[in-house]
Amino acid sequence: MEILVCVKRVPDIGENEIEITSDGKDIKREDLVYSVNEWDNYAVEEAIQIRDKVGGSVTVVSVGDDEWEDVLRREMAMGADKGVLLKDEKFDGSDGKGLATILKAFVEKGNYDLILTGAQASDDGAGQVGGMLAALLDWPFASLVNKIEVVDDKTLRIGREIEGGNQEINEIQLPCVLSIQSGINEPRYVSLRGIRKVASKEIPVYGCEDLGLSEDQVGEKAAKVKRIDYFIPEIGKGAEILEGDLEEVAEKLAELLKAKGGIK
Amino acid sequence: MMKEVLSPAYTTFLGLPGSFWGVLIPLVGIACFLYIVARRLIPLAKAAPDPRFDRINLRIKNLFRYWLFQYKQPRYIVAGVIHIVIFAGFLVLSIRSISLVIEGFYPDFVFPGLGGFLGKVYSVLKTYFATFVFIACIVAVIRRVVFKPERYKVPPKYGKEHTFEAIFVLALIGSLMVFESLFEASSGTKEALPPLTLAWFFKLILPTSSISFLQSVHTTSYFIHDFIFFFFLCFLPFGKHFHVLTSIFNVFFMKLDRGVVKPVRYGISEEELDNLEYFGIKYFEDFTWKHMLDFYTCVDCGRCSDNCPANFVGRPLSPRFLTIKSREYMFDRFPVLGLIKPKEPVVGKIFEEDEIWSCTTCGACEEECPVCNEYINKIVDLRRGLVDEGNVPQTIQKALNALEKRGNPYGKMESKRLEWAKSLEGIEVKEVSKKFKPEVLYFVDSATSYDERLQEIAKATATILTKAGVNFGVLGKKEKDSGHEVRRFGEEFLFMTLRDMNTEAILESGASLIVTSDPHAYNCLKKDYSDIPPVEHITEFILRLINEGKIKLKPIEQDDLVFTYHDPCYLGRHNLLYDVPRMVLDSIPNLKRVEMKRCRDRSFCCGGGGLMLFYEAEEEKRMGQVRAEMAYEAGANVIITACPFCLVNIEDGIKTSGLEGKVRVMDITELILQQLS
Repeated sequence: MEILVCVKRVPDIGENEIEITSDGKDIKREDLVYSVNEWDNYAVEEAIQIRDKVGGSVTVVSVGDDEWEDVLRREMAMGADKGVLLKDEKFDGSDGKGLATILKAFVEKGNYDLILTGAQASDDGAGQVGGMLAALLDWPFASLVNKIEVVDDKTLRIGREIEGGNQEINEIQLPCVLSIQSGINEPRYVSLRGIRKVASKEIPVYGCEDLGLSEDQVGEKAAKVKRIDYFIPEIGKGAEILEGDLEEVAEKLAELLKAKGGIK
Repeated sequence: MMKEVLSPAYTTFLGLPGSFWGVLIPLVGIACFLYIVARRLIPLAKAAPDPRFDRINLRIKNLFRYWLFQYKQPRYIVAGVIHIVIFAGFLVLSIRSISLVIEGFYPDFVFPGLGGFLGKVYSVLKTYFATFVFIACIVAVIRRVVFKPERYKVPPKYGKEHTFEAIFVLALIGSLMVFESLFEASSGTKEALPPLTLAWFFKLILPTSSISFLQSVHTTSYFIHDFIFFFFLCFLPFGKHFHVLTSIFNVFFMKLDRGVVKPVRYGISEEELDNLEYFGIKYFEDFTWKHMLDFYTCVDCGRCSDNCPANFVGRPLSPRFLTIKSREYMFDRFPVLGLIKPKEPVVGKIFEEDEIWSCTTCGACEEECPVCNEYINKIVDLRRGLVDEGNVPQTIQKALNALEKRGNPYGKMESKRLEWAKSLEGIEVKEVSKKFKPEVLYFVDSATSYDERLQEIAKATATILTKAGVNFGVLGKKEKDSGHEVRRFGEEFLFMTLRDMNTEAILESGASLIVTSDPHAYNCLKKDYSDIPPVEHITEFILRLINEGKIKLKPIEQDDLVFTYHDPCYLGRHNLLYDVPRMVLDSIPNLKRVEMKRCRDRSFCCGGGGLMLFYEAEEEKRMGQVRAEMAYEAGANVIITACPFCLVNIEDGIKTSGLEGKVRVMDITELILQQLS
């Protein structure tokens, strides 16, 4: 099975302190560290496991600049056979549909049976590219997939997580696009040695023209969704930051919960 | 003239000449033995390299200490004494046994040097030793059958009890003693035998009148002895009694350095590491030959697991069975008869992942092993294999990724590494720079830098150094995690990256001495780094400050305080700093101190440091809790330790054990700061 996984490079949000730039349109990025979007890791792991079971190959693709190569290499070190970078200045400022258009153009150059994306990206959390890509390709799509079983070379049996923790099982025809929920597997660790081993592997780069796209289909010009502001909400009424050391905080929290009837 | 009792070689046995049996039994025995040993050496020949021919003088010294003088045996006094008796008996009787075998075809043989007086002395000695060994065997059987010490038990998941083999071998040894003594007693000599010995007793009950009866006893006991002797020799390589033959080599080739981790592969330099197909242990052949010899030599005495904290709290790790399982696998894959089986991955076959991650590398097992088997390097090599395959628990992956990106396992920002110093009043903690090159560098390491509770150790250390007038600085945001656990968790390249960054920053600082309050950093900088200034643990540094009169300590005021010192593994067992911290404590006037039952080289690990904090182990109880309870049992109400991880683990343990208010734990720097006058 030929599998394509779309991955994204995102800032680590766990312990990074996010500050907004002065123009208010983005976050300050100097002190940030980046890694693979967490959901994409699950998608790549799933793709590798499917390939190891039924054969075929796994390609990882990303739309970004040179720094994104690290992310691709990490996924190649995990076990993806090939990494491809879609890079062009003309792509800058693309909205979700623009990104889906770029990816669609790349998909059509290949012969993929299955496309996986992460359920969403941990930075903007839009969760839209997978669905749009499927629509542009006119392929079936399933979101929040947490289980994949290969029935035959035409059909997959997939599980989806439903609100409230319920589970739904579907059959879906190939080729299709699936967005992968975290927890579908346990992504393997990528050691520094693993990354070094793929350090010299070539990562092909495709630009706007290579993909047969025209300028007005992608980038800022084509974008119909534009970010006009970005801010951290002010602390409003009803929100309170508890001060003190851990124990004091825990005690205050317990008191508050008791007072509001949250715990008895 | 009275007929004499003849040497068995001159008589007939089972209708054939004695000399025939005297040649046949040793010949067949030795041939079988050589074949078996050759087969047993096959896996060692296929194993990974392990150069162990260095520092011969030290190796010989160890041979005397641990093999000949059985240094570790009396740590378990009853079993130890029994073993020493049997071991000494084997040594003494080995000469007798060799002579006896030769007499079977060369009756007039006298062992060189034992012809005259010396021979008479030896004869008395060996007669007594045969008796002692016989008694020791009986006592050992009684222990095994009646008293059944807890540590010999075999948990059901590891198979059946090993009692039968133990008793069978004791029976073989006992009967060797019996038949040797019978042979001696039936020799027909008029000379009196040493009183109260087995031979003396047999001579007493054997009728002296019938020479032919004596002769048949003499001949029969000889050949039974001869047969059992060679049977025993060939039986040894089939079980734990292989140690009778291998322990001398095992001790000679033992690991010589504490706290040191073996390279990924001996003979492969760091630059060549990229050429290796994989890291660590994937197949059994990836163990080094010495590690395989360890498996052969294990005596199944259970002392390692009896001291293993992971085993104690019910984690799925038992060093004893890690070895026994490996030995059984060796016997099965490399059988004495038949074909060698093809290689296969060992994780999942012999070892479980959780078993491999459960080890805190505390070293209690290695400290205890009477034949000097090692474990930490095996665990580290197994982990290297898991890391290489990407088989790492998610919680540890997160910490490793954070270490790679931010240089600390919490993923906190580098710029916050010196946050702890901000709240210090009147004390300035300066970062080293081109303009500030201090004499002493305080290496804080990640946990002490970022963990809110542990920052108290950093503050106390900085305050003590300042008050003593020490010109010191810290690396601040240039400091990365020492990488101690990164290496011991098998992520060698990440360790090398961290080490190189730290080494550069340390050398740039221009400091002539590094001080650290974290024993893991201490061990790492000392053993895993090279070409950096000397490293001291803060307790060594404080002791010197006290001795030089640079700091003065006021007496403990409350009379009801009883202190106990908990030895951190990486300060104690791995670096032998047992007395220094105790001397620091004892220099505080009016400090009452008791020892826990498990202290010094038998200290009980708190639960492990560094990345171990991120591992969610299956366990019944926390090690920290067990340790808190041990301190309470010892009658202490203040536990002093000298390691950030011990502090946090024992503090948590006090909470879960319900000992809050009864026992508390402090770092030694916190106590010293409190007592500064």
